Amino acid sequence: MNILTLWFHKLGSPPTFYRLAGLLLPWCYGIGLLLGLVALYSGLVLAPRDYQQGDAYRIIFVHVPAAWMSLFAYAFMAANAFIALVWHIKLSEILAMASAPVGAAFTFIALVTGALWGKPMWGTWWTWDARLTSELVLLFLYLGVIGLNAAIEDRRQAARAAGFLALIGVVNLPIVHFSVTWWNTLHQGSTIRLMGPSKIDAAMAWPLLLMALATHIWFFGSVLMRARIALLQLEGGKDWVRKVALDEGAAGG
Amino acid sequence: MNPVRKRRLILVGLVLAAVGIATGLTVLALQQNMTYLYSPSEVAAGHAPTGARFRLGGVVLEHSIQRASDSLKVDFIVTDRFKQMQVEYTGILPDLFREGQSIVATGSLHGDRFIATEVLAKHDETYMPPEVRDAIEKAKHVEAGGGAPATPGTDTAH
Repeated sequence: MNILTLWFHKLGSPPTFYRLAGLLLPWCYGIGLLLGLVALYSGLVLAPRDYQQGDAYRIIFVHVPAAWMSLFAYAFMAANAFIALVWHIKLSEILAMASAPVGAAFTFIALVTGALWGKPMWGTWWTWDARLTSELVLLFLYLGVIGLNAAIEDRRQAARAAGFLALIGVVNLPIVHFSVTWWNTLHQGSTIRLMGPSKIDAAMAWPLLLMALATHIWFFGSVLMRARIALLQLEGGKDWVRKVALDEGAAGG
Repeated sequence: MNPVRKRRLILVGLVLAAVGIATGLTVLALQQNMTYLYSPSEVAAGHAPTGARFRLGGVVLEHSIQRASDSLKVDFIVTDRFKQMQVEYTGILPDLFREGQSIVATGSLHGDRFIATEVLAKHDETYMPPEVRDAIEKAKHVEAGGGAPATPGTDTAH
């Protein structure tokens, strides 16, 4: 066994992951919160007004990062579900199920902020165009995964069944992303582009990218936190959990 | 890789491929139905449903807005810079509605007039401060030799 697989196996063992996640967690939350606050201030105060929408465009600093995270969290969940289904790795099952509620929250934020912006700009809260509908389907997929996971008694079977649903839902990701180019939608096309020039002024782009970075870091903090708790529940009664409980109980008084 | 995992990998791969193909075919089949809007050119070519409600998308032609003095009735022309369509609407228009703005109107054809029951403004993906916008306008003005300034948001008719 080479060093990399050895390292991977160690990381996948619950006690090691629990300890490492505990070390990383305050950094994720701290840096995520700090970057988020800086991005929020620079987006809402420092960035210039838009030539057409005035100050109302500033919802982009919440809406777009949340929408990106809704896709990213799903991809992360599905990747872990895939590993869980093929290799039956306990940690992947837990990580997949831990990211579902976080992703659902980001999807919800993207839908709500979009509606709030849509009313004054488009003239409607909601319309059944391809982008909005596929994003709503994404929210339902998240809720389906959470619901299925909660409905089955055995934790590991539940995670694999819900993971299967998560994996099938992956087909929705390209639909969400490309809906604005495949069909004529009311929703505008992508402002920030990986290929080709972005359609946003640099003074507005950097708070947006900073906020995207902050939400990614926050996401991992949130997932690690949930995964730690889920690990303790799943492994309850094992020696390392008993040790953790005794140690932390003693430290906490 | 041991045989059990290999079998599971193949199985998951097959399921994913099947779902992917099924979705791909559905998306292809829906290509027509899922079209959110039609451009004036598409309407002129007869692609839009006649006698049924559909959405018309395009840019409000400059100097074409005529408001009735005694009601909320508005007449304007929607264009995709190739074909034009006369639109009639009675009601309150969104904030972004103006000449040169991309809009989406829902309604149906009555002869060659489009009677709209709802008008939505379509925003494009461009974001910039007013100063940058002014600078671009100025540059365009100089380039065009003092001609009329170009209008934003003319990207509706892809």
